[in-house]
Amino acid sequence: MQETMTMTRDELFKKVQEVLEEALGADEDEITLETSLTRDLEAESIDFLDIVFRLEKTFSTSDKPFKVGQGELFPENLMENPEWVQDGKLTDVGMSMLKERMPHVDFSQFESDREVSKVAELITVNSIVEFVERKLAA
Amino acid sequence: MRWMWIDRIVEYEPERFMAAIKNVSLAEEHLHDHFPACGSDEALPLMPASLMIEGMAQTAGILVGTVSRFREKVILAKVGAARFERDVFPGQTIRYEAHLERFDPAGALTKGVILCLTHPALEWQEIGQVELMFSHIDQNMSGIKFPEENFVFSENFRTILRTAGLLELVDE
Repeated sequence: MQETMTMTRDELFKKVQEVLEEALGADEDEITLETSLTRDLEAESIDFLDIVFRLEKTFSTSDKPFKVGQGELFPENLMENPEWVQDGKLTDVGMSMLKERMPHVDFSQFESDREVSKVAELITVNSIVEFVERKLAA
Repeated sequence: MRWMWIDRIVEYEPERFMAAIKNVSLAEEHLHDHFPACGSDEALPLMPASLMIEGMAQTAGILVGTVSRFREKVILAKVGAARFERDVFPGQTIRYEAHLERFDPAGALTKGVILCLTHPALEWQEIGQVELMFSHIDQNMSGIKFPEENFVFSENFRTILRTAGLLELVDE
């Protein structure tokens, strides 16, 4: 097994690409860094669990398990907290919470919209690569 | 018993493995539609692959259910992969072997092997593999409330567990 700590970003991308090919039945050329998992690859909520299981298997080593907690890659039950979401839009508190809990996601285009139903679309292949890179370095 | 595609659980290792068998019989009506005679082609009764996926889902789903003592509602959420290499005919016995690969509060992943007892050699021959994902729906479907009672593991499943001597695994 390759030592995951020493992987370059390109090697990480290749491994994430393989995970997504298997989990979503997508072709290699459909998966670029900018690809959105839900918008472009039609991933559903169960696919995120599948992706998490496969990431754990791919990036665990004998001396360091790669374990993803529930809601770590993508926060759950956003709608149930009125402090975070009002009228289908994220509040200031909700935005801060998301940015803190999802440092692997680029929110720059989302600030002005804030529609909670579009949060999932922000998860791109680059988000997953970033997520794995941060966790391996932690 | 309706919509039960396994006849008996024959092996169980807690949180790891379950095996079940199904005897395929020409008395099952669906075999006469799969496939009926058509023009010059004679009838060809075959066990449908889709129902073998269901048989594996029931075996693996029970295995997943045992981990939480059937408190969770376990729903088949995704067929990750399914490969079939050989047909199964009436008179043959299918064996579903389900291995629990991963269990999580949100769901579970199982890998399964399907075998068929061949005649007259009486040897088990691997005929396919099925990878499944299960969801614990109360943990996943944000905002949707399901009934308190566990409608997934109904009376039919209790009968299967009882004949295998596994009814003590169910929390009442």
